[in-house]
Amino acid sequence: MTYHATVGIRRYVFASLAELLAKASPMRSGDALAGVAAASAEERMAARCALADLPLTAFLDDALIAYETDEVTRLIVDTHDATAFATLRSLTVGGFRDWLLSDAASSAVLAAVATGITPEMAAAVSKLMRNQDLILAAKKMHVVTAFRSTIGLPGRLAIRLQPNHPTDDARGILAATLDGLMYGAGDACIGINPASDEPAKLRMLWDMLDALIARYEIPTQSCVLAHVTRQIEAIELGAPVDLVFQSVGGTEGLNKSFGINLALLREAQEAALSLKRGTVGNNLMYFETGQGAALSANAHHGLDQQTCEARAYAVCRAFQPLLVNTVVGFIGPEYLFDAKQIIRAGLEDHFCGKLLGLPMGVDVCYTNHAEADQDDMDTLLTVLGAAGVNYVMGVPGADDVMLGYQSTSFHDGLALREMLGLKHAPEFESWLQRLQLIDAQGRLQDTRSLQALPLHEAINQLGDGLKR
Amino acid sequence: MSELPKPVASDALAPADPPNDPWTELRSLTPARIALGRSGASLPTREVLAFGIAHAQARDAVHAALDVDALASALQPLGLPIIRTQSAAETRSAYLARPDWGRRLSQDARSALEALARSDGPDVLLVIADGLSAVAPQRHASALISALLPQLDGLRIGPLVIATQARVALADGIAESLGAKLVVCLIGERPGLSSPDSLGAYITYAPKVGTTDEARICISNIRPEGCAIGDAAALIAASLHAALAVRRSGVALREPSKALDGDASTAAALSDQKP
Repeated sequence: MTYHATVGIRRYVFASLAELLAKASPMRSGDALAGVAAASAEERMAARCALADLPLTAFLDDALIAYETDEVTRLIVDTHDATAFATLRSLTVGGFRDWLLSDAASSAVLAAVATGITPEMAAAVSKLMRNQDLILAAKKMHVVTAFRSTIGLPGRLAIRLQPNHPTDDARGILAATLDGLMYGAGDACIGINPASDEPAKLRMLWDMLDALIARYEIPTQSCVLAHVTRQIEAIELGAPVDLVFQSVGGTEGLNKSFGINLALLREAQEAALSLKRGTVGNNLMYFETGQGAALSANAHHGLDQQTCEARAYAVCRAFQPLLVNTVVGFIGPEYLFDAKQIIRAGLEDHFCGKLLGLPMGVDVCYTNHAEADQDDMDTLLTVLGAAGVNYVMGVPGADDVMLGYQSTSFHDGLALREMLGLKHAPEFESWLQRLQLIDAQGRLQDTRSLQALPLHEAINQLGDGLKR
Repeated sequence: MSELPKPVASDALAPADPPNDPWTELRSLTPARIALGRSGASLPTREVLAFGIAHAQARDAVHAALDVDALASALQPLGLPIIRTQSAAETRSAYLARPDWGRRLSQDARSALEALARSDGPDVLLVIADGLSAVAPQRHASALISALLPQLDGLRIGPLVIATQARVALADGIAESLGAKLVVCLIGERPGLSSPDSLGAYITYAPKVGTTDEARICISNIRPEGCAIGDAAALIAASLHAALAVRRSGVALREPSKALDGDASTAAALSDQKP
């Protein structure tokens, strides 16, 4: 099947659906690196014109990666909900954009059609949407999940507290965790990226977070972001595992490079569910994704990186996750060259994930070799807040000293709450109020003015160790 | 926010430097930026400036051009011939966007190197590459090599090759052109906020175009505040002798770098930070 469009005196032909999608994608360095990007700005617009006229049903007839060779394709095809799709069946991709932005697409209707939308449909329509469209449409989509806190309610924002340390030093991690809690961060989870993969060291981290959460009855969940096989082993050995983390991708080949497949994720989910550690809900999977990963593993099958990314969301939604986030600027300038590309990708990923029914967060981030800085991250954070992002990262001073990149800080979380009037997850909000860390309106209190410093026993214990 | 402003606390009337948080003593437990204090929801001015300086240094390191003449002068006293070469990435911008070009010699560069090849290639070739931080080789390469050479007695050492717009794998093609048995690529690593001048050493046995990263030994974070020059030279020498003895490098030969396992960027350097 070929696709074509005429712009002025030129007629453009696209040999496949994959080529059409890739050439319709906004310019980014990773697609140029893969050799799939449009050769000119006019060709890109021709691809968008052809894409706009394409019926959504075309994506049901043409799997971009063969059903027989890719389990992610099989998952997408086998779980497609034809009943939910009935509302959209007659639409073209361009008509789908119009519909998404119309009043007919209310929050309730969008939630009802999510299982009828495939990742490729989501990717396709996003390519016709401006940043403003991606914000407006996503803002209507509320995906609410729960474990010990409830995340994704309208008007609320959660923060993953990310207290990483270069050598997994327990006291260093605890110091950063307490710092984050004092800044009102941690309602999405307290999640550590370990430097070491040694089971004994990982176990120490799970035990430490479990003890802290239990001691102060913190309505949140812990996560140690080791490989999923390490987490399954830990559960078998009795470790107090709340959330199961894994990086996932949109092709079987990429997942293989991560050392995972769908069966392994299912095994991990069942193992964690057996611990029955949730109180207000049972969403316990935590997935991370990011554009460009498929190409870097040479497992992209000629697809553009944004379409690959949307396919990763099909993997995520099969496991009713508590949290999904796209680590948008981590991968480097060869995939997303500058702030313009990072900002666009962050909005695309958030929109596509939400459209498919996922509790999307975004790691608003960059590396020092990308053309981006704190000002750009402020912009992306703010537009994502406007779009209703479920959660973002909270890293001390925005400087992750283990992973060597810049993410959002505890202060950034405060800033977004203040700018947009966003409250904490409700259970966490009550806890912070009980500790007098925030007032009735959710504003952080001046800790120096409190009669007793919250969490002071833990802080003093750490501090006493220093004096000795 | 709709609530009325609260009465102003007395100490907030003076626009003094906002105080640190009451748990400031915990800062000695971690290099992370904790207990920063705040100005409303934002960082105090001092912290905005401190972060800005760290980022500026990292950015300057990424974009600084290697001063090849100065580096060659610094290497001159070591008494080895010096060769200059460049990858197929012609500009810094192209280098950052196209890692595949940074791993490949231009046709001219390859021909020039092949013209210098002798029938019996060296045992060890040292390639000094700008990578993602030219500041790192500029500051540390000559000291590191002069500490390393005395530990390579009995080995035939090739010319010192200075390579620009280079990724790690560029050294494979250079070594292949010159017929070297083993190559050590000393290359500037992706700058972190507090480490703009970190040098990495990648040791590859039987290097050739297409060699993959599992076949390398990596010693990372070489700089005075990280893995000190003397320690790094000893580690490189030990790894290199071991690789020559068993005729392979890579994952199976990771032992010599274990000493660095406690270090910040060793694990990361093996995956994400590799230039």
